Amino acid sequence: MLEVQGLAAERGDRRLFSGIDFTVNPGEMLYVSGANGSGKTTLLRLLCGLVLPEEGQVLWNGEEIRSQREAFHSQLCYFGHHHAIKDELSGLENLLLVAGLAGQSLSENEALTALEQIGLGGFEDLPTKVLSQGQKRRVALARLLLTPAQLWILDEPFTALDSAAIDSLRVTLSDHLARQGMIVLTTHQEVVIENAVVKQIRMGA
Amino acid sequence: MSQTGALSAIIRMLKRDLTLAVRRMSDVLATLFFFVIVVSLFPLGVGPELETLRIIAPGVVWVAALLASLLALDRLFSDDYRDGSLEQMLLTPQPLTLLVLGKVTAHWMVSGAPLVLMAPLLGMQLGLSWDALQVLMATLLLGTPAMSLIGAVGAALTLGVRGRSVLMALLVLPLYVPVLIFGAGAVEASISGLGAEAHFSLLGAVLVLALVFAPLATAAALRISME
Repeated sequence: MLEVQGLAAERGDRRLFSGIDFTVNPGEMLYVSGANGSGKTTLLRLLCGLVLPEEGQVLWNGEEIRSQREAFHSQLCYFGHHHAIKDELSGLENLLLVAGLAGQSLSENEALTALEQIGLGGFEDLPTKVLSQGQKRRVALARLLLTPAQLWILDEPFTALDSAAIDSLRVTLSDHLARQGMIVLTTHQEVVIENAVVKQIRMGA
Repeated sequence: MSQTGALSAIIRMLKRDLTLAVRRMSDVLATLFFFVIVVSLFPLGVGPELETLRIIAPGVVWVAALLASLLALDRLFSDDYRDGSLEQMLLTPQPLTLLVLGKVTAHWMVSGAPLVLMAPLLGMQLGLSWDALQVLMATLLLGTPAMSLIGAVGAALTLGVRGRSVLMALLVLPLYVPVLIFGAGAVEASISGLGAEAHFSLLGAVLVLALVFAPLATAAALRISME
């Protein structure tokens, strides 16, 4: 369970937001909306522990995330603006490397299946620099099919994807929720996830 | 975390960075050629008298190694910072210190070790004797990893800063001074027949200190830079 109490953040001297409270229970999705510059990305980075909050705290299973970094991060999958894909490596190698760094054992077959599923069958051995933006994005999103993490924090996962990929991502998200996973997500497109408990929080309001 | 877990985290990071370096061979070669060219400029500037060259040789090779290692530092974290990999590293359940250690080891293997191997050739060009060449190699073998470790702190601190190359040089070069003094000093001492043991001990001490403290400082600096 992810719990946030009285969170506040500043950028430069400007207060981005303050007094943010919410709880995300297993099987729930939190949808963070708001205009550009309203602090959505900062909020997500705060939730991951990449940024320290000005005030307030982020609790994972009732405990401050900073005091249990390893336990929290083994349950966290963060998908940020940069997709952390290495141009020199193929999609397959990228997936294996990311999993390896996270200390997760992943077989080549599992990675290939994930790439197939996300619509990159036949592209798995090409260096990702020859792929299009959307295809690179898909390589990065294939990580979601493989991660054992319970909490997904996704920053604009739907950008640069075509409608087929958006549909497949929606299915992935709703499967995760059905498995009692938790999702925190920002997006500018209104995306409907079937049979999901969706909470909303509007930034800058 | 268990000992095997810690070791495998370091090894995984090491493998990843070596794979990337192999795919981008030009970066590795650039550092090496920079080293060769800087050393080769001295005979052209100072004149070809072997007597003079022999005197300045240890210092020249060492200063060139120091600059080459500084040049290579630029890439240590910047690519991972740009494409978001660094963010992901900060969010893995592995201790960041270990990942940093793996990263610096890989960095030394592709940018420091080639300098150690190339140094005797350049030393010969400057008229160093066989004994002096051996000492030169040994000092570089101790000194270049220390420089990679110390430099990593500077590279981490200056991530995302405008004009970072210059800033990093200003931060890191003063910290390289002890390594330079003991490294070049060992070669000079052995040439003049004084014995280089004392210098070697001090150089070793610098390396051990850097090995213990630099990864911790680098990890902390990375967390600050990513905020």
